[in-house]
Amino acid sequence: MGYESQADFGTPASTSEKMVTLTIDGRSVTVPEGTSVMRAAAECGGSIPKLCATDSVKSFGSCRLCLVEIDGARGTPASCTTPVGEGMNVHTQTPRLQKLRKGVMELYISDHPLDCLTCSDNGDCELQDNAAAVGLRDVRYGYSGENHMGLAPDISNPYFDFDPSKCIVCSRCVRACDEVQGTLALTIDGRGFGSKVSAGTSLDDFLSSECVSCGACVQACPTATLQEKSMKEIGKPERAVVTTCAYCGVGCTFRAEMRGEQLVRMVPWKDGKANRGHSCVKGRFAWGYANHQDRITKPMIRKSVDDPWQVVSWDEAIAYTASEIKRLKDKHGARALGGITSSRCTNEESFLVQKIIRAGFGSNNTDTCARVCHSPTGYGLSTAFGTSAGTQDFDSVMDSDVILVIGANPTDAHPVFASRMKRRIRQGAKLIVIDPRRIDLVRSAHIEADYHLPLQPGTNVAVLTAIAHVIVTEGLANEAFIKERCDWDEYQDWARFVSDPKNSPEFLEPVTKVKAEDLRGAARLYATGGNGAIYYGLGVTEHSQGSSTVLAIANLAMVTGNIGRRGVGVNPLRGQNNVQGSCDMGSFPHELSGYRHVADATVRKQFEDDWGVTLDPEPGLRIPNMLDAAVDGTFKVLYCQGEDILQSDPNTHHVAAGLKAMECVIVQDLFLNETANYAHIFLPGSTFLEKNGTFTNAERRIQLVRKVMEPANGYEDWEVTQLLANALGCGWDYTHPSQILDEIARLTPTFTGVSWDRLDKEGSLQWPVNEKFPDGSPIMHVNGFVRGKGKFVVTEYVPTDEKTGPRFPLLLTTGRILSQYNVGAQTRRTENTAWHPEDILEIHPIDAEDRGVKDGDWVKLASRTGETTLRALITDRVAPGVVYTTFHHPSAQVNVVTTEYSDWATNCPEYKVTAVQITPSNGPTDWQEDYASWAERSRRIKAEITAEAAE
Amino acid sequence: MDITRLTYMANQIARNVEARGHDIAVTDTATHIIKFWDPRMKAAMLNGDRSGLSPIAAEAMQKVEADVAAKAA
Repeated sequence: MGYESQADFGTPASTSEKMVTLTIDGRSVTVPEGTSVMRAAAECGGSIPKLCATDSVKSFGSCRLCLVEIDGARGTPASCTTPVGEGMNVHTQTPRLQKLRKGVMELYISDHPLDCLTCSDNGDCELQDNAAAVGLRDVRYGYSGENHMGLAPDISNPYFDFDPSKCIVCSRCVRACDEVQGTLALTIDGRGFGSKVSAGTSLDDFLSSECVSCGACVQACPTATLQEKSMKEIGKPERAVVTTCAYCGVGCTFRAEMRGEQLVRMVPWKDGKANRGHSCVKGRFAWGYANHQDRITKPMIRKSVDDPWQVVSWDEAIAYTASEIKRLKDKHGARALGGITSSRCTNEESFLVQKIIRAGFGSNNTDTCARVCHSPTGYGLSTAFGTSAGTQDFDSVMDSDVILVIGANPTDAHPVFASRMKRRIRQGAKLIVIDPRRIDLVRSAHIEADYHLPLQPGTNVAVLTAIAHVIVTEGLANEAFIKERCDWDEYQDWARFVSDPKNSPEFLEPVTKVKAEDLRGAARLYATGGNGAIYYGLGVTEHSQGSSTVLAIANLAMVTGNIGRRGVGVNPLRGQNNVQGSCDMGSFPHELSGYRHVADATVRKQFEDDWGVTLDPEPGLRIPNMLDAAVDGTFKVLYCQGEDILQSDPNTHHVAAGLKAMECVIVQDLFLNETANYAHIFLPGSTFLEKNGTFTNAERRIQLVRKVMEPANGYEDWEVTQLLANALGCGWDYTHPSQILDEIARLTPTFTGVSWDRLDKEGSLQWPVNEKFPDGSPIMHVNGFVRGKGKFVVTEYVPTDEKTGPRFPLLLTTGRILSQYNVGAQTRRTENTAWHPEDILEIHPIDAEDRGVKDGDWVKLASRTGETTLRALITDRVAPGVVYTTFHHPSAQVNVVTTEYSDWATNCPEYKVTAVQITPSNGPTDWQEDYASWAERSRRIKAEITAEAAE
Repeated sequence: MDITRLTYMANQIARNVEARGHDIAVTDTATHIIKFWDPRMKAAMLNGDRSGLSPIAAEAMQKVEADVAAKAA
């Protein structure tokens, strides 16, 4: 693909099914009713000059450049605001129009710098293109009159500049901020000649304003006014390759716009079905980590974690790793070996890691970071519905009437989908938010939740059961649906259970702290408000009753019949880019790809025949069990690809003890992450820009990841796994991930129709893709549940054993922030630190005052497990008794305080509830200081030490 | 494997399925452990001190024991 901007049809597509035929410049064209004349002209190969119109936002009709003549119509209407009519005869290029357009353009150019040759937008500027299109040759007014040239640019945003001198006040940026992103940060300040784009109040620049740096305004700007700094530095790209973002589970597709092997910018791909042309600050801008100075590109080994690292060749590293694995396998047996597949890597890479563990190491000790995020989703949804995934595509939200968000903070963690959700809410959908914290969705520009239920952390099951109580006892259950689609006997058992007065909102109010009246209102709204869709995140799963909560959510969807069509469903918002995929690929210790248990001899035989090995029929260890077994002395080797368990897993001390007890820890990563401090072998990894493969997003959408540059470390991650497998004697011979994908399709019933060629042609596919669903499945359980009858499961509220008391009276809950991503390995190595340089503790004013804590003070955060320090932010976003922080920075090491309590069914850690105490502090704890010096020592590389000595 | 932790895990499973009724709870707890616990975890629990197990978990462990024995045979 060369570099051409994507086609811009000027106005959004109409969704009408009624078609209209008209004639444009003698060409007959048939388009949906409601299409603009401008778009119809573009669809039949024409191009009407335009400045204020772009197809990502509604038509505005201000620039007057797109005027057309229509037979029988008076004057020269704007084609962007004129809908097509049956039999209409339109003329888009006439001498009269040319004269008018030239006059309009002349006025624009009279107040615009003529520095096209040296402008960073040269060759990529719509103003320039349209000046050419209208044939402007002269500006009769001269340039000496009052103008806007020479104004100071706003360079505060780390990724893009705003140059008001080049602004034509088309307000495309303002409308993109309103309509596409939904933040409504930008505005036009002043009137007439004084009109100018403002990032917020008169005191704000782009960095200090409410701007979330999503890039929608930069995308919409037709001139060089809002432009990426990288374009200014590097120049115009020469080619574009469509690939998939490697941050969150939304799975946005981007055009990686390149100069040779240099990435100039990431531009959201308009044809991407997950993001529909939108992006967030991470995917669009935060890719600088790929070439960060901290990146390690050469393999390294060491005998002991107290030694400095020694850089070695790939041959030496692979030979040493294989010999260590063999040695320890001979000594301790196969079950002492295991590994972790990465939810950051591709499906093909995850598949190969679990394959090397099962077929090469000979054990089922494979797990993935879904263990610590959405494993309860897998358990809960497969139990209730028969499949371990969300039921809808993202587009479905546009048909929702009631949106229930529980334990998720989409505007921070899934921002591109949140923009769609907010658009639907602005259109009138009702909103229920169940969250201990007043997240942005509860109240933000043009958005207000109808109900916010600020529950006590740890009481999800109680609240959801109380909602079910209201629905059943008030006769709001959709019994027709239940009789047809679910097991009626199980429903009746469940209905009896939830109807018990001990599950009423009034009885549970002292526990949940949710006003019974509000809970009843929310329950009635969800049950009777039309299409009801539930979206949830880690606030549901990361609890000791995470699996029960997922089951309770499934119960609510079934009891109200909100499943199996557009606008409804149960939608887990997946954290990592490929967490869905890594689960699908058989990363869990008890199941092979496609969620089939290892104890099933028929399934196992299929793999054994294909791989030519015998597989262990017993389930392997999950991550926390691996650590326990290591401390116990029965687990010795860990191959960890693309995950930082030391920082991300709970109870850091215990993780460290587990890692220390292992004899061979192999870390494959971009950076010397925290886990690598305990590693003996470091295999450098490659970024998503350097590899081919596929990711599967939260809507089960499989999308291609395309290599745009050579791996700085020499190999794509799947190639490294293959090198190691072959050193262990596996005899693999893949030359491209498409062959691995073929193997996955061959062995996984939900993937049989998936192939590289098909994904390349069709852009994406949503599994299941097989004989029954040849074109994939945007919506699941349409005519029946995958498991047959939907299963109602009784979910009793069992309080967590993590209790507050006199020593630890507050409840800590944790989450993510927009600009940072999880452990921050990537985002901390970008300019995103401008928004969030450190983890901050949110505390309610009453709790702060009780403890003499002021805004910005250092505080010690202590739990029964450990203690750390960070700075306090006093806010009423959290309820009294609750404190909140993020876990993006290793300096705070928030997981030092989180406990080992975990979900009863999956061992997913209870990150969301920790009893803590807050006290004023002078600075870092002993642990933080010790850890920092230990980490620094552990990261020494031998060559560097020699160099220092020579100096 | 630390018996205290395994006991805690078994009891936690039992406690969460208890509302399904005694017999189902015992079966579901046993099935869960058979399905998700690694052999060394099962062995440690079966060979270790079971006195800390709740009645449902203790009954479930008998079923697990029978399953392990059947598979070994």
